[in-house]
Amino acid sequence: MRIRPTVADPSCPPPSPTSPLPAARTSSDARSAFQDSAPVGLGFVPLGIAFGVLVTQSGLGWWWASLSSAVVFGGSFEFLLIGMVTAAAPLASIAVSAFLVNVRHVFYTLSFPLHQVKGPLGKTYSTFALCDEAYALTAGEHARSWSGRRILWLQFFLHLYWTGGATAGALLGSLIPDSVTGLDFALTALFTVLALDAVRDPRGDLPTPALALVCALAARLLFPHQMLLAAFALFTAVLLTRRFVIGRKPTHA
Amino acid sequence: MPDARYAVVAVLVTAAVTWGLRALPFAALAPLRASATVQYLSTRMPAGVMVILVVYCLHDLPVTQSRVLAPLAALTVTIGLHLWRRNALLSILAGTAVHVTLASTVFAP
Repeated sequence: MRIRPTVADPSCPPPSPTSPLPAARTSSDARSAFQDSAPVGLGFVPLGIAFGVLVTQSGLGWWWASLSSAVVFGGSFEFLLIGMVTAAAPLASIAVSAFLVNVRHVFYTLSFPLHQVKGPLGKTYSTFALCDEAYALTAGEHARSWSGRRILWLQFFLHLYWTGGATAGALLGSLIPDSVTGLDFALTALFTVLALDAVRDPRGDLPTPALALVCALAARLLFPHQMLLAAFALFTAVLLTRRFVIGRKPTHA
Repeated sequence: MPDARYAVVAVLVTAAVTWGLRALPFAALAPLRASATVQYLSTRMPAGVMVILVVYCLHDLPVTQSRVLAPLAALTVTIGLHLWRRNALLSILAGTAVHVTLASTVFAP
């Protein structure tokens, strides 16, 4: 699902400010944004449908799928949230888990072109709808010339695909007989694909996913009830240790 | 069936945390953009986080029962197709279809 971003070089000078946009350009911005967003839409709509179906199969109302997809707009955690809500998890655990799963977004803010989006309302929406795919599509070199409107339209289309798919899935989900089970594998498949793409990323390196796997298995064995929290904490600690050790190597060489 | 008010509040809590993570760092992390350690983490975390999430999704795998074959077959299809065709949508749909088919028929509970 995640489109691999062109590596955004943080050392590059900021792009020149875009010229003010006349209203006449809105339609061409929207058209370009639609074309940019369409491939992601092919992934968002079916996945949104799977999410909606899962929501109603879990015993939650169809409206919950629309509400969650519209106001959270964080696909992977929303899948996890279904299980947490049906298990009546404490709100504090939900907040901590949401933080840990979505903390990666902090890193997107390091190179997302928010400076190209004008106005407080636009900037507010742009940060709200900053999902993996919006980052991936806009962080690259090719997007430096995009207008703020084009970026906002792109984010709006992604938001629409996800919410529309989730609502459709939730409304149509009741037509699927109860004997059909196992749709929740869509989440596992999504993370598997994202992991393969991230490992393939030239900036990634093989020890990182291997260390993550060890951390996840260790957390599963040692802290089965807080596995996600333990795994993320362990992984961050291991990464920082590795960074510290590698950073010191030259002085020992 | 969870209480509707609780289900709504759970969504709002999630939305607040998620939006905070997407918006606040634009102001708060500006001085850190040049930090080599932040850059190091930002390039390595995505791959690791996704691997951890895959393990988390599979954490209650019924390893001693034959129905474990459904997720394992689906996982093999997802990985194999993705390495071959590099089409995320195809990999997800095919893997899920295999899982639904096996879990609903041969390994139905």
